[in-house]
Amino acid sequence: MYAFTYQRPTSLADAAAAIQAEEAKLLGGGQTLLPTLKQRLARPTDLIDLGAIPELKGIREADGGLEIGAFTRHAEVAHSDLVKRVIPSLASLAEGIGDRQVRNMGTIGGSIANADPSADYPSAVVALKATVTTDRRSIAGDDFFTGMFETALEPGEIVKSVRFARPDKAAYAKFRNPASRYAIVGVFVAKFGAEVRVAVTGAAGSVFRAEAFETALSADFRAEALNGLSVEADGLNADIHASADYRAHLVTVMAKRAVEAAG
Amino acid sequence: MANPNGIGASVRRREDQRFLTGRGNYTDDFKRPNMTHAVHVRSPYAHARILGIDFADAAAMPGVVAVLTGADMEADKVGSLPCGWQIHSKDGSPMKEPPHYPLARDRVRYVGDAVAVVIAETREQARDAAEMVVVDYEELPAVGSSTRAIDGGAPLVHDDAPDNVCYDWHLGDQAAVDAAFANAAHVAKIDLVNQRLVPNAMEPRAAMGEYDQSSGEYTLTTTSQNPHVTRLLMGAFVLGIPEHKLRVVAPDVGGGFGSKIFHYGEEAVVTWAARKVGRPVKWTADRSESFLTDAHGRDHVSHAELAMDADGNFLALRVSTLANLGAYLSTFAPSIPTYLYATLLAGQYKTPAIYAEVKAVFTNTAPVDAYRGAGRPEACYLIERLVDVAAGVMGMDKTEIRRRNFVPKEAMPYQTPVALQYDTGDFAKNLDIALPLVDYPGFQQRRAESKARGKLRGIGFATYIEACGIAPSNVAGALGARAGLYECAEVRFHPTGSVTVFTGSHSHGQGHETTFAQIVAERFGIPIENVEIVHGDTNKIPFGMGTYGSRSLAVGGSALVKAMDKVERKAKKIAAHMLEAAETDIEVKDGRFTVAGTDKSLGIGDIALQAYVPHNFPLDELEPGLDEQAFYDPKNFTYPNGCHVCEVEIDPDTGVTTIVSFAAVDDFGNVINPLIVEGQVHGGLVQGIGQALYENCVYDEESGQLVTGSYMDYCMPRADDVPSFTVCYHEDQPCTHNPLGVKGCGEAGTIGAAAAVMNAVVDALSDYGVTHMDMPATPEKVWRTIRDAAPAPTPAMAAE
Repeated sequence: MYAFTYQRPTSLADAAAAIQAEEAKLLGGGQTLLPTLKQRLARPTDLIDLGAIPELKGIREADGGLEIGAFTRHAEVAHSDLVKRVIPSLASLAEGIGDRQVRNMGTIGGSIANADPSADYPSAVVALKATVTTDRRSIAGDDFFTGMFETALEPGEIVKSVRFARPDKAAYAKFRNPASRYAIVGVFVAKFGAEVRVAVTGAAGSVFRAEAFETALSADFRAEALNGLSVEADGLNADIHASADYRAHLVTVMAKRAVEAAG
Repeated sequence: MANPNGIGASVRRREDQRFLTGRGNYTDDFKRPNMTHAVHVRSPYAHARILGIDFADAAAMPGVVAVLTGADMEADKVGSLPCGWQIHSKDGSPMKEPPHYPLARDRVRYVGDAVAVVIAETREQARDAAEMVVVDYEELPAVGSSTRAIDGGAPLVHDDAPDNVCYDWHLGDQAAVDAAFANAAHVAKIDLVNQRLVPNAMEPRAAMGEYDQSSGEYTLTTTSQNPHVTRLLMGAFVLGIPEHKLRVVAPDVGGGFGSKIFHYGEEAVVTWAARKVGRPVKWTADRSESFLTDAHGRDHVSHAELAMDADGNFLALRVSTLANLGAYLSTFAPSIPTYLYATLLAGQYKTPAIYAEVKAVFTNTAPVDAYRGAGRPEACYLIERLVDVAAGVMGMDKTEIRRRNFVPKEAMPYQTPVALQYDTGDFAKNLDIALPLVDYPGFQQRRAESKARGKLRGIGFATYIEACGIAPSNVAGALGARAGLYECAEVRFHPTGSVTVFTGSHSHGQGHETTFAQIVAERFGIPIENVEIVHGDTNKIPFGMGTYGSRSLAVGGSALVKAMDKVERKAKKIAAHMLEAAETDIEVKDGRFTVAGTDKSLGIGDIALQAYVPHNFPLDELEPGLDEQAFYDPKNFTYPNGCHVCEVEIDPDTGVTTIVSFAAVDDFGNVINPLIVEGQVHGGLVQGIGQALYENCVYDEESGQLVTGSYMDYCMPRADDVPSFTVCYHEDQPCTHNPLGVKGCGEAGTIGAAAAVMNAVVDALSDYGVTHMDMPATPEKVWRTIRDAAPAPTPAMAAE
């Protein structure tokens, strides 16, 4: 780890000021950033720890759905009675992130801002019609993820909270990378009245919606409705753990499992 | 009355209190006044010429004490890391043994090869400066795999090893095998890869060198499984330090699995550098360095054929193996794919003729050496997979073909056609115990139930045997070992009756401090609390060959018994003197020395006290003191064996294999501590399962870059990957040639498990015509196999 200046602002305004420093980095739960620093793969001048800012914390009901502060740890989401009551599928997704240590440190804001293609939360942001609120504006979940490790956030923009709509039914099914246990494929299926959203993470450079699946499930919300459907393998991620066509296959399998779990 | 902590008692590990409360003393925990920290500059290329090293900027960095290179070592006449085992090729020529310098001199030969070392006040400063060392490399074409190494025209890893061949060796009677094949009714064949593994000990390697200018004495504290061997190799061959000026300490060591047997360059670097900079020098590997530079395991590519008569009796076995030794010869590397592998190819079977050829090659990858099981898992995997293929060829039940070909108990001792002589073993009994444990008759119904749920169920057997208690010096010497492989123990009674045992074996997770103390407590009828086991320090222990090859108890424990025999003989003399009786009239039981036919007796504690405070010893006949040492050299290997049975269920939709159950029936001879044995079996099984389903060390074939260089890509088995094991053993077949009747249990789990799991996986896929799959059986590999094989509808669809 290279030396850096550690800052722990206590207000969003102070954090926003601090992040203006050249080569400064925001620190959420640190589950990606800290290993990166330890490997000396990043060399920030300043690390702005967001952990002492009250505005970034807490889970509350909002517009019938949920608003979750950016600095809410995965374990808090997983164990929140409110989340379990309003959007149980979101609690269950959080409970399945990484391992216990990761869940006790990692935050939802850090996860979505990092936009790891194999992270779990991006699928929920897209499938649950989320709105990401920052210190500057609101960004629709559909527009938030723009590519591999890329988001619509501008330099220095800080995620404040994520607001999720409450679905009638929803579930997340994931196929883990056996080594890292990140999602090789994760599929979040959510049903809002006649509308069904199917958001796929892990399979490609960024989360995407499987539109053919959505159409089929809107007509018939049963796993069988997906028989014969698959996403295009072309353009999907490929590595030593899973080729593109295996990932494409798993998207269908996980989508079916999510539909079954959603009931 | 039986000692509650004696032989056969499940005594909880005495060492665990300190380990579990964070009070272990590992190499990295040692801090010395004025200590410096070393960080190695390592090659990013698999193969390159070093044109120059510019460390002027690095040397000027804050806190930097020194930057040292291979040229400095050469100037100080530092030697090459020696190889402890010599193999001769078929044509009688000795193996190619290119030099392996602790810091590379003109060429680097694998990613991670050390080029320079930076020594600084802090580790971070050393690391900062190491990044500033500029090495001018001329990249050379690399060889990333064994098959590429022998592909005509492949680049040469060492100029003096043509075709990258280290040796081309064979064992067995080729003519007899050819004749048997000519008359065979059936032949089973298999091609398989036993993939490379990274050892992944929990504690990374570490070494601290110290030099005392006043005494001229060096001390190396290191993560070693055998400190005396390291002292011998490093002192005599690398640094030229005589033993009396070199102390090697292996304190608490957090796992080795073989990878800490070997003498590594970093140990020589810190010891040499400590004198050079005049301060203690410590190096601790980070996990990335462990991946890159710990000696890896396995890496065989094999073809095998089994000839059978019309009834499925094995007639002959023919095996050809290509073994990857990596870029340089690690300490025991040449012996692993030869004498620890081909000699085990008889397995549990009475195959009358066996012929094995092994070609070992250099590649631009990390050195490969012993890894838990070391050659024997490779042999077991090959035989047990081939036997399953043979059962398919014959249309026989997999247990029946094994039973038909087992070496019968009555044939013991049994001379195999591949050099070894098994002393004991009842292989049919192992199977007889295992079958009801796993409800073998009920398997077909379980398979049908799985199928109804859209899943594929398979059962796999591995009936393994291993040669442990490495090793009889005369045998090892005849096979090319450059050292004998005995063990040493010293038993020192103190005046008040407590005992310190010094053992040349070394515990890095095995639990010696408990089991060895049990043996002493039992023998002398004393509380286990009165026995201390000391290991891992060349200044305390007379000598030792260390711990590997499941040898601690069979060899080290036997040395302990021999030393206790001497103590008892001496104690008997003292008792006779004190009780004014003839020595021949003294009877000894549980540490009590009684004049036969009388109630006159003394305990060992009384005798120990008299031994140290004698008043009227007949000094010509009886020396004071009660402290004896012994060296024990076994007559033969020991042969642990057993039957492992694995049941798996495969999800054809995803290709995920789940281990539903695993039963291990083992014959370890007599068991000292059942709890520790069970723990050893559990750990071994998980390692074997890891190889079968998860672990795979991948190098890019062309560039020689390590692809699986972290846990993000190298998949270790975890607790939730394995079922609750059914583990049992029997003690009906104790070893006949060591005093404890023990065989060793450290590697057995690893040896049997991989074959049992893969046999189960292949069995589960048998409906698709699958007869073999290489490890690891990853989800994608299984899914692809099913997809490519299946004209039939997928079971998932059928189930819906």
